[in-house]
Amino acid sequence: MADDSANDPHVFEQLPATEADREVEGRATRAEVLEFWSENYGVDPTVFDGHTFWEKGAGKVWVFAADLPSPVDVEAVGMTFLRTRQEHWKPTTDAVQRFGRHAERNVLVLDREEAERFLDGETQDLPRWEGDWGYVIVAHEIAGDVEPIGVGLYLRGELRSQIPKGRQRDL
Amino acid sequence: MDVLARYEPLVDDYEAFRTACERPLPSVVRVNGIKTTPERVRRAFDEQGVEYEPVDWHDGLLKLDDQPGNSWPYVHGWVYGQEEVSAVPAEVLAPEPGERVFDPCAAPGSKTTQLAALMDDRGLLVANDNNLGRLSALRSNAERCGVTSVVVTNSDARNFSLRPFVGDGDHQQPFFDRALVDVPCSCEGTIRKNPTALEKWEYSHVQGIAGVQKGILTRAIEATEPGGTIVYSTCTFAPEENEAVLDHVLDSDRVSCELVEFDLPLVSAPGVTEWEDETYDPRVERAKRIYPHLNDTGGFFCAKLEVTA
Repeated sequence: MADDSANDPHVFEQLPATEADREVEGRATRAEVLEFWSENYGVDPTVFDGHTFWEKGAGKVWVFAADLPSPVDVEAVGMTFLRTRQEHWKPTTDAVQRFGRHAERNVLVLDREEAERFLDGETQDLPRWEGDWGYVIVAHEIAGDVEPIGVGLYLRGELRSQIPKGRQRDL
Repeated sequence: MDVLARYEPLVDDYEAFRTACERPLPSVVRVNGIKTTPERVRRAFDEQGVEYEPVDWHDGLLKLDDQPGNSWPYVHGWVYGQEEVSAVPAEVLAPEPGERVFDPCAAPGSKTTQLAALMDDRGLLVANDNNLGRLSALRSNAERCGVTSVVVTNSDARNFSLRPFVGDGDHQQPFFDRALVDVPCSCEGTIRKNPTALEKWEYSHVQGIAGVQKGILTRAIEATEPGGTIVYSTCTFAPEENEAVLDHVLDSDRVSCELVEFDLPLVSAPGVTEWEDETYDPRVERAKRIYPHLNDTGGFFCAKLEVTA
């Protein structure tokens, strides 16, 4: 028999609602995930009312628009969303592109040239930022509105692009 | 071997058909409604100096002179490169938000992401493919488009298992509201995109793949609730892979379905009831054949079925 308290890295298991429901050690809870988005980015928890959260592999959390019996052995359940089980949780590029428009804090809006450098994977000096240090939502203005591009790591006056290699582009 | 010549008896204006097959197709993108609107995409292309032309039957399709990969709209997952005619079957299926939809041959994902957008990314969209390499393209395309309603599975669609979705429930019972059965085929209709598409054409391959198509469509009908809708589509002109497959399921003891009439915003010809030595159930005329010269697109075949009790 498998040990119920261990994380099985091969199947998707739904996150417990709260700490009281947690059976697998170290697994994030739904409440913690909602709190992470709310505290860091000001995303209203109701944005995720229709979604469930799943873990596969150590700390990789997925967001899914429906529900399924847990655990489930498939290739993907929704979309990669958040990296947990590390000191600083990190949203994925896809999560930020999909849900970042609901953010009200820690959205760093770049101008055209800065956005192109960010998309190309570059680190750039950006002393003007007055928001938090850490993982920020990086966005730019396009077609009349602000649109999130991806995740940046902001530390000591410097913005490090976290765009995955395969998504980097030289426009 | 002149593969297209075998379709001369089927096509009204054969010369126009042959000429059209030799003309390359423009690059077309579909606007991803999960992330944006056609208006914003047009405005973003204007800002970047990217030229585009509308497609008159579909507000969300734009013809471009260049490949779209190196543009902000692509980076944002606002657009997906998809041939005009390949946007037809998902529109015919017309899934609604909250439904359970089955896409048994999903990779690399142009139609899957279109289905998700039509569902407003709400409900359960099961995207299956038997090829693990192509599944990784599907996953990355779905994620770029912001699709959260998809479950991706890797299996032979002929034996697709409902076990992951029903848990301890009855996995013999039908489960889906709709299915888009866009099967692997001999792909003659893509000749304008890919001039070498027919180089490896062999009649034995047509016969072999027709068996696979029958198996996939039969399983999809079984897995769909009575009253549910199925769209069967291919990008081949071969009646062996089109009308013959429909004839097979209409006559099957294993499943029960009916072919239904539907409207298309494109010019099409009806399904054929006679081909070489074969005759098919007259109901296959309700299917539609889209030849390249009719709308200046790729070639396509599309049929709409209703699952009956």
